[in-house]
Amino acid sequence: MILVFGIPLQVLLTQLLLGLVNGAFYAMLSLGLAIIFGLLNVINFAHGALFMMGAFAAWMGLEYLGISYWAMLVIAPLLIGLFGILIERTLLRWLYRLDHLYGLLLTFGITLILEGLFRAYYGVSGQPYAAPALLSGATNLGFMVLPNYRAWVVVASLVVCFATWYLIERTRMGSYLRAGTERPDMVEAFGVNMPRMVMLTYGFGVALAALAGVLAAPVMQITPLMGSNLIITVFAVVVIGGMGSIMGAILTGLLLGIIEGLTRVFYPELSATMVFIIMAVVLLLRPAGLFGREK
Amino acid sequence: MEQKVNKKIAYGLALVALCVLPLYIYPVFLMKLLCLALFACAFNLLVGYTGLLSFGHATFLGGAGYFTGYALKSLGLPFELSVLAGVGGAALLGLAMGGLAIRRQGIYFTMITLALSQMMFFIFLQAPFTGGEDGMQGVPRGWLAGMLNLGDDMNLYYVILAITVAAFAFIVRVIHSPFGQVLRVIKENEPRAISLGYDVSRYKLLAFVLSAALSGLAGALKTVVLGLETLSDVHWTMSGMVVLMTLVGGLGTLLGPVVGAILIVSLENRLGEIGHALARFSGIEFFGTLGQSVTTVIGFIFVVCVLAFRRGLVGELAPMLQRLGRMRRR
Amino acid sequence: MSADIALAVEGLQAWYGESHVLHGVDFHVRRGEVVTLLGRNGAGRTTVLRAILGLTGQRKGSVRIGGVEAIRRPTYRIAHLGVGYCPEERAIFSSLSAEENLLLPPRVSRSDAGMSIEAIYAMFPNLAERRHSPGTRLSGGEQQMLAVARILRTGARLLLLDEISEGLAPIIVQALARMIIALKEQGYTIVMVEQNFRFAAPLADRFYVVEHGRVVTEIGASELEEKTPMLNELLGV
Repeated sequence: MILVFGIPLQVLLTQLLLGLVNGAFYAMLSLGLAIIFGLLNVINFAHGALFMMGAFAAWMGLEYLGISYWAMLVIAPLLIGLFGILIERTLLRWLYRLDHLYGLLLTFGITLILEGLFRAYYGVSGQPYAAPALLSGATNLGFMVLPNYRAWVVVASLVVCFATWYLIERTRMGSYLRAGTERPDMVEAFGVNMPRMVMLTYGFGVALAALAGVLAAPVMQITPLMGSNLIITVFAVVVIGGMGSIMGAILTGLLLGIIEGLTRVFYPELSATMVFIIMAVVLLLRPAGLFGREK
Repeated sequence: MEQKVNKKIAYGLALVALCVLPLYIYPVFLMKLLCLALFACAFNLLVGYTGLLSFGHATFLGGAGYFTGYALKSLGLPFELSVLAGVGGAALLGLAMGGLAIRRQGIYFTMITLALSQMMFFIFLQAPFTGGEDGMQGVPRGWLAGMLNLGDDMNLYYVILAITVAAFAFIVRVIHSPFGQVLRVIKENEPRAISLGYDVSRYKLLAFVLSAALSGLAGALKTVVLGLETLSDVHWTMSGMVVLMTLVGGLGTLLGPVVGAILIVSLENRLGEIGHALARFSGIEFFGTLGQSVTTVIGFIFVVCVLAFRRGLVGELAPMLQRLGRMRRR
Repeated sequence: MSADIALAVEGLQAWYGESHVLHGVDFHVRRGEVVTLLGRNGAGRTTVLRAILGLTGQRKGSVRIGGVEAIRRPTYRIAHLGVGYCPEERAIFSSLSAEENLLLPPRVSRSDAGMSIEAIYAMFPNLAERRHSPGTRLSGGEQQMLAVARILRTGARLLLLDEISEGLAPIIVQALARMIIALKEQGYTIVMVEQNFRFAAPLADRFYVVEHGRVVTEIGASELEEKTPMLNELLGV
């Protein structure tokens, strides 16, 4: 048995993987948060609740309609993205001219409503959701036993994150988002339908959150509160990484997940608070954040 | 001149009413109200007058509650020292949290306070002295100056009333002082405050610590009243509650937070009954379940307030009353 | 109203929040004309252009573009009346390359095709060279070229240009003047806000002087010489 700092290699690698899984969720959620904030100037507190709805959608799809996990990977983000568009059109759009704190307060209220409704219906205990057959079990790699589903989560999230990055940073469609984030008035003066872009961007960010929720369903307790604790950690992630850079948000999320995983191995009592401790340190040493490119 | 006299009369009447109220309404409920009203006023000092939205004030309310509870129950300290311990602890936490949060502006400030508060939540959850998920119970009330038995609800009521009224007066004093005026300049136009030569960070930090200490006072007193302290007082939902109280009552008004606190606490208390009344009145059965969905109702009020009611009750009514007063005098 | 008038502004008032900036602006521009808005700093000239596009707060009055009333339209629909805008700060997007900046504005006219990208690169060879650089890494002059080039691609025939000669070397200013003349020959309608009188004088057909949010005088190109003293007084030169 190989020991690294007194810990068996297998244990270390497994915790690293688990950390990477969390990091993947941090990355996907902070990515969505950053995209929405860049264009709308709103911190979408409801991101956690929408993530939760993604997980619930996956569960409800299977439980009530027999829809498979694979189908829900596509359906849930679409449905909940549409729901996000509804929120933007009916509620958020009235706040754009105001101080962006009101956006936070509104989405906070929406979070309470959504969580309250789900709690009233489903209580606080978790709903079970099994990983799809194809991904269940584990693969023996020799130096470690790899849990299949979790490996899938990491791979899928990385693909989605980098695809989103590519879409935004390297395509023509993305150039509209980048320009709109910088100078929405000019983009509109050029004849681009900004209200529609805003609506679709919010929907996209929400869909990302919902997708993360579906991915999370087999590995996290599906409860109405699963999103809020996560989203507050994600806030710390975006404070650390800043919201000005897409790649920054992704990398910071992954990095912090890994650090959290390692903390769980060596100092388990600190693992819940590690991200916040790092945030405090970053604030002391480099207040602008790691990739600070703020407006 | 006449307005000032009117105000003084109004405050005097209110004080008399407060002295008499416990004869008609359950004193423990009133004391809880007083504490939470103080909490909201302390919070308003930061958000309404300095323009800094903190989403982590539960740390000060609950933290002080735990410190005071521990001092009373496990250290056997007298009432005065224990409350002081709570306030002091909250002030220290405020210094640390504020010191870090102030390093970023705007929405980042808010996110930092939320994140740090969450960190404190986990610390309180794991720390043995708080009792974790079970909470801290059996906190004795002790005696005031060794003479007045605070175990008697009426005795405690007048003590709490005196302290909270004094704290409220202190807040009013701060707001009208030169310090308070600088805070207001910082809120309206920070670059201007900087160009006028003020060390804006210092002022913000001081406002933060003051707000934290006063919130701690509210928390310390509340623990004495209820004899217990639980994690819900340090949870982010409590931070959200105080934001809502201040918003509903009126940001940046003196009485707004008080009104908001009264409304929200009473609503929470009576939600079940209100729900049933609504159900009977409208014939919609769903309202009957309102009592179980406090969170949802609170969220709904938040949404309505932010969209349509940003100035809050006092913010909307005060100008109206002023206009009425002017019309009548003609 | 004949289709001869590309832009007709009547009684235009505009606010930024509570601040009442335009108090009733009246002027018109015929198709193919070049018109310059002169005035002191703070007179409201830039606000006139922004108000035409709906980029200010509340607006009142009438703005007819090619005969179509635009005062109630949202900004993105005003652009589609064939308007191209070049703001004073140029607004080159830093997170886009020069070419992405160029390709960003969509076609705003069903009838006019706008210049092709090849034609644009032929007219502005510097931009072709620097096409992959981040937009704001171009020199001041190149950024100005880019700001104008990108609206030429859209098919806009009414160009609103705000201080395009500002802060540029004389040789570039001359190139810009040649460009304006070339555009005029191709039938573009241009409204320029210009501080640099020497730049604008040989280019414009008519001049309007804006003061305190109102148009106070109109001067034709032929009247320029005799009216110069009055102009100097108005502009505080």
